[in-house]
Amino acid sequence: MSLVSIQNVRKSFGEVEVLKGVSVEIARGAVVAIIGKSGSGKSTLLRCINGLETYDAGGISVDGIDVAAARADLRDLRRNVGMVFQQFNLFPHLTAAENVMLAPRVVNRESEIRAKELAREMLAKVGLADKAGNYPSQLSGGQQQRVAIARALAMRPNVLLCDEITSALDPELVNEVLRVIEALAKDGMTLILVTHEMRFARDVGTKLVFMHQGKVHEEGPPKQLFAGPTTPELVQFIGASLH
Amino acid sequence: MSDFSFWVILSNLLLATRWTIALSLVAFASGGLVGLALLFARVSRIGWLEWTTKAYVEFFQGTPLLMQLFLFFFGVALFGIEVSPWLAAWLALTFWTSAFLTEIWRGCVEAIPKGQWEAADTLAMSYMQQMWHVILPQAFRIAIPPTVGFSVQVVKGTALASIIGFVDLTKAGTMLNNATFRPFLVYSLVALIYFALCFPLSWFAHRLERTFNVAR
Repeated sequence: MSLVSIQNVRKSFGEVEVLKGVSVEIARGAVVAIIGKSGSGKSTLLRCINGLETYDAGGISVDGIDVAAARADLRDLRRNVGMVFQQFNLFPHLTAAENVMLAPRVVNRESEIRAKELAREMLAKVGLADKAGNYPSQLSGGQQQRVAIARALAMRPNVLLCDEITSALDPELVNEVLRVIEALAKDGMTLILVTHEMRFARDVGTKLVFMHQGKVHEEGPPKQLFAGPTTPELVQFIGASLH
Repeated sequence: MSDFSFWVILSNLLLATRWTIALSLVAFASGGLVGLALLFARVSRIGWLEWTTKAYVEFFQGTPLLMQLFLFFFGVALFGIEVSPWLAAWLALTFWTSAFLTEIWRGCVEAIPKGQWEAADTLAMSYMQQMWHVILPQAFRIAIPPTVGFSVQVVKGTALASIIGFVDLTKAGTMLNNATFRPFLVYSLVALIYFALCFPLSWFAHRLERTFNVAR
């Protein structure tokens, strides 16, 4: 059974229909890269998975929980679905360790000691054990994004949603974040990434989803799709993004 | 009658200043507490609660403080309840202060980027947890300068309480003028004392603003 099941999802913002019947099945342990032009609906689709956006028709379920039915209280769902944002969205008034500890402390009611241990463990995982006491403003963009990943991982999610997490970074900082994600993939974490990093999508992804005009235009194993895209839109998109 | 020396005038004004300070402090403290409670209602995302709070804020912001004082002082008396000038002034200033502080603080809460709410949302935090651990600590920092700045308005606002018979700095000035017929001297001193109370506050507010801007 799929861990995340998206069936025929539709969504409009006012008059504009951004998702026109999208279906994707995501197995446990899959690394799914969603690519496509801006405005193709990929970020909206990602945000529907954890209820940051509502959808108008169709269905999404995560680990057997129906997202629309959980609408009234999405907290149980969100405990299992982590998210990392383009702009990091770290809490600026808290140190790196406090950022990681907050949700385990207040949501999962972990003890102070246990939460501290967890923070140390998670920051070590993203290679920032020595930055525990730093505030976000004292960290580089790449470091901030890695703290954000550690913060999401501290809730022990089943699936991690990554919304263009390297798009706001200086080019030389992109790799340190991608290496962390790659290590997570090797650990068996289920990852759904909206990304512009084509090389990463090809080398690390287990599934590629190409979105075009609110629909899944093409999907399949990344290496196969990159080697031989079948639709002219994907040919053009791959061509444009590799230059 | 007019053998009041300068020092007698000044000492009487300074004695009355104690009441201006007391009323300011009490009104600001209770207005702050009511304002904080109203802030939660104002940003609660519960429709009727937000609208009621908004109407409250609009009413007290949209009518003169003097009318509010009259309403509490004379209005409540209509129901046969005796209201002392002190109580009426305290109540009116509390309502008035809370309305303005709620509005100032709402602006501070709304200045926190949407991404902060979303990040807290995706960490499965409840609304109250998000407010308490993520939003308010950040809003608090940006709220301090305008809040201290507004305290100047409260100090000056207490002057109106003299009209309903509360013996504060302004009322003492009026009484001393009636006794001495030296309005320019008396009111100059009154103004100076108000300035001595307010200037440190607004200076402090400006300073805080700069400190917090640098720290950002």
